[in-house]
Amino acid sequence: MKLQLNKEYLAEKIGAFKRFVPLLKELVVRDIKVRYRHSVLGMLWTVLNPLLMMVVITVIFSTLFKQNIPNFPIYYLSGSLIFSFNSESTTNALNSIISNASLIKKVYIPKYLFPFSNILSGLVNLGFSLIAMFIVMVLTGTPFRITLLLIPIPIFYTFLFATGLGILLSALTVYFRDIAHFYSVFILAWTYFTPVFYPVDILNPTIMKVMQLNPMYHYISFMRDLVLAGEFPGMKENLLCFMMGIVAIAIGLFVFYKKQDKFVLYV
Amino acid sequence: MDPVIQVNDVSMMFNLSSEKIDSIKEYFIKAIRRELHFQEFWALKNVSFQLEKGDSLGIIGLNGSGKSTLLKIISGILKPTNGSVKTIGSIAPLIELGAGFDANLSARENIFLNGAILGHGREYMEERFEEIIRFAELENFVDTAIKNFSSGMVARLGFAIATMNIPNILIIDEILAVGDYKFQEKSFQRMQDMIHSGATVVFVSHSVEQVKQICKKALWLEHGVVKAFGDAETVCSAYVNV
Repeated sequence: MKLQLNKEYLAEKIGAFKRFVPLLKELVVRDIKVRYRHSVLGMLWTVLNPLLMMVVITVIFSTLFKQNIPNFPIYYLSGSLIFSFNSESTTNALNSIISNASLIKKVYIPKYLFPFSNILSGLVNLGFSLIAMFIVMVLTGTPFRITLLLIPIPIFYTFLFATGLGILLSALTVYFRDIAHFYSVFILAWTYFTPVFYPVDILNPTIMKVMQLNPMYHYISFMRDLVLAGEFPGMKENLLCFMMGIVAIAIGLFVFYKKQDKFVLYV
Repeated sequence: MDPVIQVNDVSMMFNLSSEKIDSIKEYFIKAIRRELHFQEFWALKNVSFQLEKGDSLGIIGLNGSGKSTLLKIISGILKPTNGSVKTIGSIAPLIELGAGFDANLSARENIFLNGAILGHGREYMEERFEEIIRFAELENFVDTAIKNFSSGMVARLGFAIATMNIPNILIIDEILAVGDYKFQEKSFQRMQDMIHSGATVVFVSHSVEQVKQICKKALWLEHGVVKAFGDAETVCSAYVNV
């Protein structure tokens, strides 16, 4: 397919997107509603879940790395919020085209809405998890630094990256269902290869070099600089984080647009 | 006046064997064994026609003649292999009633979800909420999950949502067969009202009688090829006489 990027084409695409903003809203609401339906605590789980996870991880790992990490609960939470936003929302997006097959076959809807809505509901979840982090910050007496106001920036970078990855995975999974099974293993490996619950300085220089290629490492470090150190990363780091997000989106959209007309034949 | 639906030389090809390959492993094994030759199947061949505002078209033909494929192409669900389709204005597709429903949500929530699928916001749907529930006769089941509905109830709700306002183009695939006699009559009446108010209707049916009753024009498909297109009476009688 030829990508025509003239004005008319773009205007048409934006118009179509505007028409489906209500749908996007409904999909996100549905996502969250269905997830917590029939649970006694309901939406409270969005806050409770990261809190309890933090307690478990802290009990186990703060004994292991006591000397290295001064404020382990916040060190863990600030990293894991960003990491699980990416891992959970892309895992959900991966199946989004297949699980909405009945819709895709019977109504015309821009198909990117499905993976995109999963990323957005992940973002809403992240918002609730941030409440958990603020609660723990108060409880542990962590200072609320002025740089805390800037945390939407790393969240936005991660959002770009997750959107690109989610859209790419959702398109590929239609053709190769194996990806769904492989991805959970991949996420596990990714969790261990990202310094979510261990300090970076236990890694040797060679591994550190490889670590630079891990986008999640950059996003997590960005977040921690703001929350823990009270520093704003330099222009170079900002540009790098932004570019990784843009490249992910470009690849995701390119593959998605090439494949989307055939989805209906395979789901 | 510009035609509301313009179908230009549309052809649709399916790979019959392509659905069997589900995994990378299978793909490579088949590729190595050179079993990847696809069997081509043309569901539609060089179909062209156009409809003006207020036209009503009935599509007739035997099973497998490409009727539903043509509807899906007009609705934008399928993209044709060759040719193009141009439509003007809003489309309400009734390919299958209740297509956009989530079984775990209640009728109320599904009305908003389905409205959003058709591109309508919450406020817009709230205004029409009562009317939809009344037409679907579901006053006592507003907050019941759809999964506990009977198929007739789901169909009624789907029809009520899709026809809540007059679309420019209404696409209907053999759905008048659902529901009891009373509801069939009611929905039939509503379709006629829509045609009178200037909606363009495309209608697939196995019932030649229904087509004659509702439609001005008819299109007869046979193995994906247009066998006849024109006045409903003429085309229908030719179809019946074969």
